[in-house]
Amino acid sequence: MTGTDLTTPVVAAAHGVRRAFGDHVVLDGVDLEIRRGEFVTLLGRSGSGKSTLLRIVGGLDQGAEGDVRTGTAPAVVFQDPRLLPWRRVLDNVALGLRGPDARARSTEVLDEVGLAGRERAWPRQLSGGQRQRVALARALVREPDLLLLDEPFSALDALTRISAQQLVRRLVDVHRPAVLMVTHDVEEALLLVDRVVLVDDGRIALDEEVGVRRPRRRDDPDLVRWRTRLLGLLGVADA
Amino acid sequence: MLRALRVASPLAVVALWQLASSLGVLDPSTLASPAQLARTAWELTRSGELPHAVAVSARRAALGFALGAAVAIAAGTVVGLSRVGDAVLDPLMQMLRMLPLFGLVPLFIIWFGIQEEPKIYLVALAVVVPLYLNLVAALRGVDRDLVEVARVLRLRRAEAVRHVYLPAVLPGVLVGLRQALGLAWITLIVAEQVNAGAGLGFLVNNARDFLLTDVIVVGLLCYAALGLVTDGVVRALEWRALRWRDGGETA
Ligand SMILES: Nc1ncnc2c1ncn2[C@@H]1O[C@H](COP(=O)(O)OP(=O)(O)OP(=O)(O)O)[C@@H](O)[C@H]1O
Ligand SMILES: [Mg+2]
Repeated sequence: MTGTDLTTPVVAAAHGVRRAFGDHVVLDGVDLEIRRGEFVTLLGRSGSGKSTLLRIVGGLDQGAEGDVRTGTAPAVVFQDPRLLPWRRVLDNVALGLRGPDARARSTEVLDEVGLAGRERAWPRQLSGGQRQRVALARALVREPDLLLLDEPFSALDALTRISAQQLVRRLVDVHRPAVLMVTHDVEEALLLVDRVVLVDDGRIALDEEVGVRRPRRRDDPDLVRWRTRLLGLLGVADA
Repeated sequence: MLRALRVASPLAVVALWQLASSLGVLDPSTLASPAQLARTAWELTRSGELPHAVAVSARRAALGFALGAAVAIAAGTVVGLSRVGDAVLDPLMQMLRMLPLFGLVPLFIIWFGIQEEPKIYLVALAVVVPLYLNLVAALRGVDRDLVEVARVLRLRRAEAVRHVYLPAVLPGVLVGLRQALGLAWITLIVAEQVNAGAGLGFLVNNARDFLLTDVIVVGLLCYAALGLVTDGVVRALEWRALRWRDGGETA
């Protein structure tokens, strides 16, 4: 289990953050800290401001008010893959990487996301899920200290999804970046992460460690209780 | 089959034309026969007259194009990337666009004389506008999400230009390039008709005075060939640069 406590350095922080688009206030008075090696998930209804908060933490939103500190080497996987359509898969992953082994490392990470052999493909020749995995590889290969993932697995089938989740989990355990991941899948979040943050009505409605022991099982009673609670907070009846 | 038909119809026209000339239906002072054209082209080439004329005209086109393209790229980049640049430069470029290009010929002769300059500047002017307009539109249309990616990946300015901006504006620029080249040749032809002491226009003008329709047509064919060559170059560039759009076989 990843140990984070108050002595672990804070990688990214937001204090008293407010963000409005015109009259529409999306976030108001949001506080959030993420520490090294910590895997945090961001939950909330559609339109609640998850992507907005993620962008703010990544230092990508000039329009936000409040104190924001982002990582020294943040990497972002956006909700859409955002590959350069005119660069081949490998070149997309290696984009801006320095060092003589940049391409070798990129090839390796592509292999890890299950795309070995597709290095020379153009993005438009890939499926939606494959493109998202390229975007994931592009972020992972940078060995970021802050990894921001906006629904990175949403376009993946069940099997690829599990291997991609494990890949990210492994990366967190090895390189220990701080991770903030937006997802709609409460169960996925509970299986993977150390801490749950829930955004509602412009505020942080919940921010708690998931103290369930690992390896986690879907039918662990603690996990089931967590699930029921979160779904209740999200206003979804537990199936 | 269809391919054969494509070649067949022009050949048929040439054959008919030759037939009309041979039977005396077509007077050589109206239009020389294809066979005569071939002979004339050969003789003009052997004497060195035609290659020299082509070289002079091609040089004018190239210099004018280079000058116009340089101005268009500089102005287009500033206007497309900076609001201040847009406010300052764009009105000027729009004025340029409204100028009656061929109406400027007499003025250019007064200003720049009858040597090379007026022709080169006229071609440059013809090139500037389409290239500029297309470049500005393309720069404004660059996907902001991809620009953000460049920022997130901490690309250096040169890298962002090379990997994001250039490929993004290339399709638009190539469209502008083709329009510009087409206009460049037309402009050169007009400019050379008005006044020239050398080049294809000079050749054609001289021939007119002696009713040498064969030389006139050979001159026109040379213009056409030059236009085809430059168009072919742009096509090749297009094919090379836009492979990612239709790629299917290489992966
Ligand atoms: N650039 C923008 N301009 C105006 N409004 C915006 C902009 N970006 C986001 N919003 C608004 O802010 C709100 C939150 O958007 P955001 O994308 O953060 O939601 P989200 O929680 O990520 O939703 P989803 O789960 O559907 O992705 C929405 O109401 C959206 O309309
Ligand atoms: Mg979102």
